[in-house]
Amino acid sequence: MKVKKFLMGNEAIGLGAIHAGVNLVAGYPGTPSTEILETVAKNNDGSIHVEWSVNEKAALEVAAGGAYAGARVLVTMKQVGLNVASDPLMSLAYVGVKGAMVIVSADDPGPISSQTEQDTRHFAHFCKLPVFDPSSPEEAYEMIKDAFDFSEKYQTPVLFRPTTRICHGCGDILVDEKYEKHIPEGFVKDTMRWVIFPRTSFLNHQMIEKRNPQIGDEFSSYRFNTITGSGKKGICTHGASYGYVMENLEGSNGEAKVFKVATPFPFPEKQALDFLRGLDEVMCFEELDPVLERELIYICGKYGLNVKIHGKIDGCVQSAGENSAESVAKVLESFLGIKPTESAFPKPPELPVRPPVLCAGCPHRASFYAVKQAVKGRKAVFSGDIGCYTLGNAMPLDMVDTCLCMGADVTIAQGLHIIEPDTLNFSFIGDSTFFASGITGVVNAVYNQNDIILIVLDNSTTAMTGHQPHPGTGVTMMGEVAQKVSIEAILKAIGLTSVETVDPLDLSAAVGAVQRAAEKSGVRAVIFKSPCIAVTKSEKKYEITDKCVGCKKCISQLGCPAIVIDEGRVTVEKSLCFGCSLCAQVCPVGAIEKREG
Amino acid sequence: MNNTLLCGVGGQGTVLASRIIALSGMEAGFNVRTAETIGMSQRGGCVVSHVRVSDKNINSSLIPKGKADVIIAFEPAEAVRCIDYLKKDGTVVVNTKAVRPVTASLSGSSYDGSEMLEYLKKNVKNLTVIDGEEICARCGSSKVLNIALLAGAAKTGALGIDIESLKNAIKKRVPEKFHEMNLKAVDAVVNG
Repeated sequence: MKVKKFLMGNEAIGLGAIHAGVNLVAGYPGTPSTEILETVAKNNDGSIHVEWSVNEKAALEVAAGGAYAGARVLVTMKQVGLNVASDPLMSLAYVGVKGAMVIVSADDPGPISSQTEQDTRHFAHFCKLPVFDPSSPEEAYEMIKDAFDFSEKYQTPVLFRPTTRICHGCGDILVDEKYEKHIPEGFVKDTMRWVIFPRTSFLNHQMIEKRNPQIGDEFSSYRFNTITGSGKKGICTHGASYGYVMENLEGSNGEAKVFKVATPFPFPEKQALDFLRGLDEVMCFEELDPVLERELIYICGKYGLNVKIHGKIDGCVQSAGENSAESVAKVLESFLGIKPTESAFPKPPELPVRPPVLCAGCPHRASFYAVKQAVKGRKAVFSGDIGCYTLGNAMPLDMVDTCLCMGADVTIAQGLHIIEPDTLNFSFIGDSTFFASGITGVVNAVYNQNDIILIVLDNSTTAMTGHQPHPGTGVTMMGEVAQKVSIEAILKAIGLTSVETVDPLDLSAAVGAVQRAAEKSGVRAVIFKSPCIAVTKSEKKYEITDKCVGCKKCISQLGCPAIVIDEGRVTVEKSLCFGCSLCAQVCPVGAIEKREG
Repeated sequence: MNNTLLCGVGGQGTVLASRIIALSGMEAGFNVRTAETIGMSQRGGCVVSHVRVSDKNINSSLIPKGKADVIIAFEPAEAVRCIDYLKKDGTVVVNTKAVRPVTASLSGSSYDGSEMLEYLKKNVKNLTVIDGEEICARCGSSKVLNIALLAGAAKTGALGIDIESLKNAIKKRVPEKFHEMNLKAVDAVVNG
């Protein structure tokens, strides 16, 4: 029996995993993957172990241990998280699993909230693991269950790769009312199996190369790999792009044979041959790299087929960025002669731009401002990191000079300082990022006698991804109280020359702490501790009194979204003000005061 | 197929409004699909929700340009930003209050939304303009903006949900202590 529910794609994936009998779920938050693990936690009857691990590598290894003991395990992360987890992943592909293991790596075409547009389907090819690629939230629900079954059948981890539009799309989805629980057998000692050695790796490599074409054959009749339509022209697509293609074909006069590939690796070669038979040319629509396109070109070469394959490689389709019904329509206009819909409206006037900004009341604004004030006029470089605080790069703060990947603020600052020792090198890191991958960088700095100032922005949560707990918060994903891991104690134990903790919203104290740190040498830290506005209550709001001389220092120095100019006057937007008091501390004439009542 | 696009600035409450439309559609036996903006752009950036309700299979969560029946805009410039999504004779329901981006305050530009409202008045035949700020003040909470705009859209008849269904959906989807003020917002819009 099934029941209809309104679910987000990520909720469908989480529920699907529960309905597949998952025993252990580990992951690290990252848009667009975060809600998958949260859904399992929310619907957990208590029998499933759910954890936010410190990073993706830890999550994958914890889950691998669970799978060695025969459990069904799920690991969740965003695409760049898979880079962090790639060390255990590459080896685990050789070792395999008992139980079953599905690794969700959510890709982010656009990119909408990521550093890269990397395509997890390449990773599948590289580590030789099967990958599933759902084209809708409802398909994702069914497919995650299939992924567990494949993993169990072939005793191998499998990848599951939704994209943002699948993860964050919602729909009415039929879900199971009942499901079977999986009882893990337990770990059975077997050194040949669980201890990776050159000799066993050679044997396993042979096994994998023999196995993958068999999986490809099985995928040729997999239920979500479909061929529909007819004609001399073909379209090969997958994921959200499949929807854009169908959107354009339906209700148009265009005719095409459509191959939807849900399992890009191992490629369903037999089915692809069925698809290619009788076609003159094929257009490929993919996010993000031309993976299917290359497979089809390869098959045409291998079997001597005279079918022209178009897509990203020959420039017919955009090489980067997200696809859309419109981008697909543009290509289909010349490929199939479908007329695209034209806008019925004239060109609009110039629109205000709205780049994302730090929230009104965000303590990061105060931290960045304090550092900026403390080192005014000195040669300084500010290395930032991944999180809300990347937004410290925006004007007027302009306090992020570099940003690369999780944890790199600490280490990039070291490299910069080695080449330019006369510079003050600051590295800004958030609390969750510090635990995820900052600590090793700090140890590296102390060991190699570098000279950097570490600024920890501790807002007591993982803010950017929607407020997940982490080792410093004292609670786990299961809601249990855990011992708080102290960042200050860790830094002191590593042996920094000085560690000072201060409230960034107390501006003069914050500036003083940074100035003291700047005067010292070696690796020293200032921990700015103040909770994210989303996890704390608002203080008394502020207003601008008649004392205001209109200098606009509050606007030009802070860039707070709650301070606006209304009919020529500087005012505080009451609905946005959080009462952080930073503007009142910056105002040179004391015109900003707490609102009465 | 009924396509509704909701747009505004992060934090204005577009997500709950889109859920109300989608769930009402689902309960009436239709297929539904929605897409939301989640992540970095929520921090004061432009947010867009797509809601599609149909008795047939829905291919994509995203409404193609030129196919939206209704645009519900929480902010004037955001309505204009999304205008290419609207079909030729589509309906726009727009809040009058402009949200000024920090970049405008910094550069000293004078964006106040009036130019955007002029554009809409000139080019959109089926336009409903709602003074959301006034209705929020009357109902005693800035949180009723989304319901007020939904009521404005329901009143036009283009949303596929009538006022009664909207009231029922509020009773079902909104915590009880907020029922009164939200229902008051609906009446304020309906009775003008």
